Amino acid sequence: MNYINIKNNQTILLSEIPESNYESFYDMNLELVLGHLNRHCVNYFGYKVGNNIKLICCIADDSTHDIKVSTCLVNKAHTLESFTPQLLCFEKFEREIHENFGIDFLNHPWLKPVRYAFNRYDKSQTIANYPFFSIDSEELHEVGVGPIHAGIIEPGHFRFICNGEQILHLEIQLGYQHRGIEQLFIEKKKLLQRATLAEAIAGDTVIGHGIAFAHVWESLCGFETTRDIEFSRTLASELERIAMHVSDLSGACTDIAYQLGSSVFGRLRTPIINYLQEWGGNRLAKGLIRPGRNQFPFTQVLADRLNKVLDIFEPDFNEMAEKLFALPSALSRFEHTGIVSHEDAISIGAVGMTARMTNLNRDIRTSHPYSLYPEIHHVPILKRHGDVYSRIQIRKEEVKQSIAYIRKLISEVPVQTSKGELLKTPEPGSFSLSLVEGWRGEICHCALTDKKGELMHYKIKDPSFHNWLALALSVRNNEISDFPICNKSFNFSYSGHDL
Amino acid sequence: MRKELVVGSNKQEKNKRKAMLENLKIVFHNGKQFIPNVRTATVPGIFRGRPIISGEKVNEAELIDLCPTDAISVNPVSIDLGKCTFCGECALRFPEKITFTKDYKLATNIPDRLVIREGEDKPVEVDPEKVRKEIHRVLGRSLKLRQISAGGDNSCEMELNAANNVMFDMSRFGIDFVASPRHADGIVITGPITVNMAEAVQICYDATPEPKIIVLVGTDAISGGLFAGSKAIDRSFLDKYPVDLYIPGNPAHPLTIVNGLLDLTRKLK
Repeated sequence: MNYINIKNNQTILLSEIPESNYESFYDMNLELVLGHLNRHCVNYFGYKVGNNIKLICCIADDSTHDIKVSTCLVNKAHTLESFTPQLLCFEKFEREIHENFGIDFLNHPWLKPVRYAFNRYDKSQTIANYPFFSIDSEELHEVGVGPIHAGIIEPGHFRFICNGEQILHLEIQLGYQHRGIEQLFIEKKKLLQRATLAEAIAGDTVIGHGIAFAHVWESLCGFETTRDIEFSRTLASELERIAMHVSDLSGACTDIAYQLGSSVFGRLRTPIINYLQEWGGNRLAKGLIRPGRNQFPFTQVLADRLNKVLDIFEPDFNEMAEKLFALPSALSRFEHTGIVSHEDAISIGAVGMTARMTNLNRDIRTSHPYSLYPEIHHVPILKRHGDVYSRIQIRKEEVKQSIAYIRKLISEVPVQTSKGELLKTPEPGSFSLSLVEGWRGEICHCALTDKKGELMHYKIKDPSFHNWLALALSVRNNEISDFPICNKSFNFSYSGHDL
Repeated sequence: MRKELVVGSNKQEKNKRKAMLENLKIVFHNGKQFIPNVRTATVPGIFRGRPIISGEKVNEAELIDLCPTDAISVNPVSIDLGKCTFCGECALRFPEKITFTKDYKLATNIPDRLVIREGEDKPVEVDPEKVRKEIHRVLGRSLKLRQISAGGDNSCEMELNAANNVMFDMSRFGIDFVASPRHADGIVITGPITVNMAEAVQICYDATPEPKIIVLVGTDAISGGLFAGSKAIDRSFLDKYPVDLYIPGNPAHPLTIVNGLLDLTRKLK
């Protein structure tokens, strides 16, 4: 057994992680994941140690609630056997390691660049000449979309291979949003800078990434969190979930040209984000989550106000949702559109809503609970069909579920016990990992410190990292005109992927 | 014959009527959501808008050190809204020195107006003298914009979308976002402009017909924010062309956006 079991938000010494040679590292991790539905890879990355690369693999076990961490030292001279032919979920991770360090993986089906990071190994490869797949045929044609899209959204390039109106294949090329954020975590030394950076990983998941950073940092510093801090975090993350789900419902209505739904859901997001502004001064909750502190203590007055906001929000939301889900013209666009099978979701390592819509039970709130989730006893909402309809249904039901959780939470506002004292310096030579269920799904942050306790490596994994492949699979054999609704029903993050 | 047809579709007619009534109910229950006057509307709760800096003496070294983006400088103490991430940390730590007001009108065409100095309590405004003449004449009644996210984190993008929802309803002023630069009167950039997006930004700008404007939305776009100095950023595009409007915020509030665009394109009465 060459791995160490840790819990979510636990810090261990780097030297405690058992190291093995690549062959046994490979066999062990393969055996851990292959055929075990309850286990999946939450992070797999490398960092430089002298001229060598140290790989760290983190496999989460949902039934025992622990994370199996193992490590292995390799260098560029090695050609490593790829996990991907057996476990497709390692596909992106291996491409990332290849892009960053030039390590070759044997038998990887498409060892293509991930995001054209500024510190990539091979600078001769540029984003303008990404090696797309293509098919030579007189009957097929290619459609290229992006990087700039028609609406106000982030950039990415989609290349379709179509037979008439039907999509045979979609390849998604990202990297346009790459800002070098992981490197900035090391370069920016002030805690406030890092907390602000975490909020900018994906501006639509400010709270999710904010909590992941706060937890990883507090764990490294040995900070004992208090109930009022975790209360605020739990509450904020459920509010963010409501706001974004409602916003996505509006987007789905827009993409099927259902004006009433688009306007009503669009406006229903406002009371929720305006409430976040009343609480913390920013509509997207930037500045609300800070490591070691309860920046904007939640009060009884705020609780009463939130109850009132929800009292008005709920009937309007329910009325619109009932109408949408009984509207034949809407349902005919949602049902059987953009299907991802249960088997495919497992093989690509889907997380969050993308997993749950295919009846794959992955939700960090139950499998590796944090903050106040252990006492909420969250029951994940699962759907079976894996189509646009399932994704929309999950959103509707999760909004209702989040409202129920929030009402329960704010019925008892905790007394402020956190004092906001300065955090200690991080433990030297340590490794810490934090998992958070953002509204899209599982967010994983890993931090490594050097001998002086300085941050040495910071690794961020947004749920979109593995999930983008689900979009590519879902549109196969669909009409190209259904691409927008497929895309919107997933609503993955570009900046969270490109970092 | 005619009569039979009507009888045959009676059930359908009923269903249609029922559906229409339901729609009307929804419309009725949602009520009037639009903000009648976007110039004078107030924002709820605590909002971090234009800061005011008092003459109070504080430990200035500590104050400067606090700011994550070096937006605060001294002699006199001032905050550059183009760099400020509006985290509000300075106001929390030095409440006697710095307060953020609920004034959301932060947009200007003069970079120096983004700097708020000690003892100042005047609104941030667009200087009509400095606005290019053709902007008022050509774009004063209709403004079509192409948005480019160049490393934006999707927060400013969402607020730009919100500026066009039923509440802020920017299109009532003839301001819209269009799908092609060929249809646009200018570009709106969010994000610090990444190396990987630099070429696309240039191509999009080149494809926009003259006269055209450049609008920067959000701290990241105006100064690079926390990403200034990152090797993955290439801001050389902004050295080449004049910027017509800066809309600060992290993200910029829809009211900041709407008011900024109106101030730029309409002659102030």
